[in-house]
Amino acid sequence: MKTKIGIPRGLFFYQYYPLWKTFFEELGAEIAVSGHTNRRILDMGVKSCVDEACLPVKVFFGHVLDLADKVDYLFIPRLTSVSRKEYICPKFGGLPDMVRHSLYGLPPIIDTEINLRKSGKNLLNAAMDVGSRLNCDKKAVRRALEKSLRAYREFREQVKKGALPPDIIDKRFPVLKKPSDRILNILVIGHVYNLYDNYINMDMLKKLRNNSVNLITVDMIDGCIIDEKAQTLNKKMFWYFGRKAMGTALHVLDRNDIDGVIYVMSFGCGVDSFISDLVEKKIRRKSDVPFIILTIDEHSGEAGFNTRLEAFLDMVRWRYRHEADVSSHG
Amino acid sequence: MKLTFPHMGNTYITVKALLDDLGADYVIPPFNIREALETGTRFAPEMACLPLKINLGNFIRAYEKGADTVLITGGCGPCRFGYYCEMHREILRDIGYPMDVITLEWPDKGLKEFLDRVRKIAGSLNICKILKAAKNATDVAIKVDELERLCFYLRPREKKAGTVDKIYKHFRAGVLQVKGSRNIRRLIRETFETLQSIEVDENARPLKVGIVGEIYTTIDSQTSFNIQERLGAMGVEVHRYVTVSGWIVEHMIKKALHLPRDIRYAKAAAPYLGAMIGGHAQETIGNTVLYANAGYDGVIQIYPLTCMPEIVAESILPAIERDLGMPVLTLIIDEMTGEAGYMTRLEAFIDLLQKRREAREFERKGALPWNRCRFGEH
Ligand code: SF4
Ligand code: SF4
Repeated sequence: MKTKIGIPRGLFFYQYYPLWKTFFEELGAEIAVSGHTNRRILDMGVKSCVDEACLPVKVFFGHVLDLADKVDYLFIPRLTSVSRKEYICPKFGGLPDMVRHSLYGLPPIIDTEINLRKSGKNLLNAAMDVGSRLNCDKKAVRRALEKSLRAYREFREQVKKGALPPDIIDKRFPVLKKPSDRILNILVIGHVYNLYDNYINMDMLKKLRNNSVNLITVDMIDGCIIDEKAQTLNKKMFWYFGRKAMGTALHVLDRNDIDGVIYVMSFGCGVDSFISDLVEKKIRRKSDVPFIILTIDEHSGEAGFNTRLEAFLDMVRWRYRHEADVSSHG
Repeated sequence: MKLTFPHMGNTYITVKALLDDLGADYVIPPFNIREALETGTRFAPEMACLPLKINLGNFIRAYEKGADTVLITGGCGPCRFGYYCEMHREILRDIGYPMDVITLEWPDKGLKEFLDRVRKIAGSLNICKILKAAKNATDVAIKVDELERLCFYLRPREKKAGTVDKIYKHFRAGVLQVKGSRNIRRLIRETFETLQSIEVDENARPLKVGIVGEIYTTIDSQTSFNIQERLGAMGVEVHRYVTVSGWIVEHMIKKALHLPRDIRYAKAAAPYLGAMIGGHAQETIGNTVLYANAGYDGVIQIYPLTCMPEIVAESILPAIERDLGMPVLTLIIDEMTGEAGYMTRLEAFIDLLQKRREAREFERKGALPWNRCRFGEH
């Protein structure tokens, strides 16, 4: 029988799933993914996690519990760093320990550390470590890694072109309402787990797309542009997400086709508490493009959230018409 | 240029020694932490961590007293502290307090940039003098921490309640009246002597509690409602591994000189937290294990709301509590924390530790506590 590896549908799932899936399947394992986030998963997470944790970590706990008795192993890598000289967040670095010491009766956890802060070569070591736990030979691991990196690159290409990770992963082809209004270009900044988990963000992306919005996410901006912009910061940004968000914000200032910027953050997120503020300052100081921060937590009501989102879109549209008027008369 | 710097417990003593010796002009922000927090909260992002807000309040008040440049230390992640400098710079600019921020850290741009920053503070002093001032300031930090440790020991043992606090307060105020590391060190010596001469109960066997958690809220007793003094007054001996001098020696000097560091805590933490994840989470976990092994009665974890590394630590602590039988109380501080509720929890915890100890002793001695009373212990 094939070994069954459980992958929780939380945190970096929408960033790396295609890579992880290919890797494990190449090694002959079977993959089980937890269900889509729902009330039950959220509740399980909230109940089993310390109160102070941020929503995405609580949701992750829920996903772990959803899988716990269905798999042979849980894959919860210690994601210290996925890019040179950068970190993700202390909670990612401590995630397997948090899970192991808060939840009991879990299957063994593959908690290999992935730390590419000093060198990208560590990825191979990490892959070897995972492979050895599954008793795979080195050659097979090397091959699986190559193949999974290819799958990953392909996935990122698709995302860059405008496909949303959940659509690719779940093989959905969204049917969108025909635009009834002028199409707005709205840039959405946020962590992958806030942007692409429809339950967490209360279907925000769908709502936007059905409201004649052309979505642009951080993942669709060219990495080179982001890096170039981020390098102009006074101090090097040491968070992976922070660099992307700041680089994107600075890039917005160079463009005149962005009609509005939405920053989605989770309540209690340490990284967002700083980055959202810095992004807002950068944008507001130099531009008058409409900007809004939407905060989500386990208590946010959908009605209030929708109202804020709609008000924002109305404002953007009003502004557009107004400007169009001015220019046609002027 | 007039410098200022953030408060954190007794750090002002070390920084004062350093800046006096360097001949720099500076302003020490007012000591009222609550007021600083209130001011900072008005201008900082709502979910920023508490130390940032207090720092900001300090800078604003210092600016009003003439300071134009902020001196702080930095880092390169993964926790928020490394980006405090940029946050301060940006916020101060936006609210109309345009202060320059000098960050003492190893900059991305290397040695030259670092020396430039030091030059800014020290002016034309030569490198030997600067190093000497740094060495003396480090020594001050070490001595102040020793002094504090002595207070931890004496408070639950003093015969006349409040003696230690009075001497300690007197010392903290006295530092402001003298100038330079040499005079500060003399004052420390004198305070040591005064403290050593007070009357103590040699037979006292106070409860022992270790304090762990985020560095600011544990070192700065005022932020945590003077927890150290209060525990002392409740007859509890406190201990804390994380100190200012420890931070200077372990994190700055030994790192810069590539000397082997004291990593007992990391070894102790290993079974529970397998990596350095930022902030002091590894210290929190490791030191809790060390306290358990050293027979302490309890551990108190303190951290500011939303502190990322300590949230990880908090999730792990129950496992240590269970494995090693070490009671842990977690206290979380933010601008809304009410003193009354906080104290109730603290007192209940100390009560619990006291009962636990009595129960254990009862098991060990096989004597009933009321029997002992009857035989004239009271
Ligand atoms: S980055 Fe923010 S949301 Fe993500 S795990 Fe860290 S604190 Fe939570
Ligand atoms: S350790 Fe905690 S309180 Fe200190 S900077 Fe980091 S997140 Fe903020």
